Amino acid sequence: MSFNYDQYIRGGKLPHIWCPGCTYGIVFKSLLRAVDSLKIKKDDVALVSGIGCASRLPGYVDFNTLHTTHGRALPFATGLKMARPDKHVMVVSGDGDATAIGGNHFIHACRRNIDITVMVFNNFIYGMTGGQYSPTTPSGHLATTMPYGNIDPSFNIPELAKGAGASWVGRGTAYHAAALDKLIVEAIQHKGLSVLEIINACPTTHGRRNKFKSPTDMLLWMKDNSLPITAFDKLPPEKTAGKFPTGVLFKREAPEYCDTYKALVERVQKPKEGRA
Amino acid sequence: MGKLKLLQGNEACAEGALYAGCTFFAGYPITPSTEVAEFMARNLPKIGGAFLQMEDEIAAMAAIIGGSLAGKKSLTATSGPGFSLKQENMGFAGLCEVPCVIVNVMRGGPSTGVPTGPGQSDIMQCKWGTHGDHPVICLTPGYVQEVFTETVRAFNLAEKYRTPVIIAFDEIVGHMRERIEVPDKGVLPVENRPRPTCRPEEYLPYDDTKGDVPPMANFFEGYRYHVTGLNHGSDGFPVNACARIHTDELRLIRKVESNKKDIIRYEDYLTSDAEVAVFAYGVSGRSGKAAVDMARAEGIKAGLFRPLTIWPFPDDEVAALSKKVKGIVVPELSLGQIIFEVERCAKGRCKVDGIYRVDGDPITPGQILAKIKEVK
Repeated sequence: MSFNYDQYIRGGKLPHIWCPGCTYGIVFKSLLRAVDSLKIKKDDVALVSGIGCASRLPGYVDFNTLHTTHGRALPFATGLKMARPDKHVMVVSGDGDATAIGGNHFIHACRRNIDITVMVFNNFIYGMTGGQYSPTTPSGHLATTMPYGNIDPSFNIPELAKGAGASWVGRGTAYHAAALDKLIVEAIQHKGLSVLEIINACPTTHGRRNKFKSPTDMLLWMKDNSLPITAFDKLPPEKTAGKFPTGVLFKREAPEYCDTYKALVERVQKPKEGRA
Repeated sequence: MGKLKLLQGNEACAEGALYAGCTFFAGYPITPSTEVAEFMARNLPKIGGAFLQMEDEIAAMAAIIGGSLAGKKSLTATSGPGFSLKQENMGFAGLCEVPCVIVNVMRGGPSTGVPTGPGQSDIMQCKWGTHGDHPVICLTPGYVQEVFTETVRAFNLAEKYRTPVIIAFDEIVGHMRERIEVPDKGVLPVENRPRPTCRPEEYLPYDDTKGDVPPMANFFEGYRYHVTGLNHGSDGFPVNACARIHTDELRLIRKVESNKKDIIRYEDYLTSDAEVAVFAYGVSGRSGKAAVDMARAEGIKAGLFRPLTIWPFPDDEVAALSKKVKGIVVPELSLGQIIFEVERCAKGRCKVDGIYRVDGDPITPGQILAKIKEVK
């Protein structure tokens, strides 16, 4: 039986704003399938975003949804989670939103290890504003603000998240949609800050300027240049040059922030021994 | 009789927040407001509330909006540079009608300025700091007791009108210790946001058909709705329709402007027979009162108008004052900001003369007395 997306999509809010060939719709559907498989009640989810194309996603979904200011989804989400630690708080962000203007919030959310699921839709460009280079635009690529080729070094988002203290880090792509479902499920289930980078394509403002003849070419690029982490780790460096690993890249057990805060509250509220 | 306490203004602010039912604080250390955060860090865990020291001022403002959307009465506290950083998200709270309270303990500026000295030069930033047209309520207590009661009132106004409320007092009021009475629970009114009574599927978060302040559902309580910083329709979703944007912006402003009688509070000290009035708030209001007493002792009919609500501005009250005095003296710790509002309301009916100081020290009663004599 085919999956019933309508149970999660708000009536009258489609069509979405994304361009033809944009891969965000694929990821959107994957997210809905993942949440559904976990049997989470819609009332118990808050989906928070900042600004950019990806950040328009929450508006289409029948959860508690919050479309905030540029780069600030994580601190808004942190407020929600601290106020209601019993609920699921998820963030949808983009490469510019999460790692440029929101970079400080990103690393500190990772450090705190608060139980929020962060999905970074990395399309390597500022799409909504028309194709300016972002912290993940590949070297040499053309962008409206790098008309002679990008000279800025790029962020590796999973490495950044790991270095900052995130306790679960993964990477999926829009091409590998079935695998993405599983990654989103695991990211949600993980207790702590989980960062899932999702490789996406923006044919309109990135692909067309950078020798991708069609949106399909961009999806095929994901297929041809990615390797599951298990295979990636076994190969010598010369075989993995230019390719990126996918899957669960890193995880560790670490105290979750709301739990630690709850323990602090209990400690403070406990009557002191030896006193009347 | 409540509890008598010897408190700093900053501590009284935090006490007032707890009295009003605040259970969520997010902040960032900054002089001279840090004691508010420190007090909350000590006391919120005792009542099971949430305290967060965020990575920056922007994040702290964002976090309290999140906390409030989840149903908690939320507070942040800051000063000068931090207040500038909070502005974008304050506008978000205004447009999205999320109740919250922002304390600005004013220091000298611009930039890092005089972090340990008092200032009143953020007063226009309180009104115009964030971009776009937006409602503003800003309270300006001048005594430690008042900081307590005005903080309670700030939460009440934030909840009642679903809007961010600023409490702006200067470093002297923030750090001065005075004896205050913390009243017993129930003595001061405590208000809560209007709540929806309809079924979730009928809920419109920005419904303007039954009044200017729509009922507010909290997240996770069955009313799943959308909150966006884009101009939105009554259902909360983005709109580009000119007519809706215009009427909704007008409603946001009207929430405050049409309720000025409820929101505006001030102290009127001996102005009924006054020939010269002093218009001042915060520490300058304290000096103003001393100057009026000194003038009266010399037989000069002076009075003081001391606003506790600076935004919305008490237009009608200042206009009335300008009709009965020869002049209004406006001492402020800036190079002249609130005097423009006084001049606007006085409409040339009386002299309006300022005393300005930005060196990190307060304006003295003697300075004000000299100006009273000059204006008389």
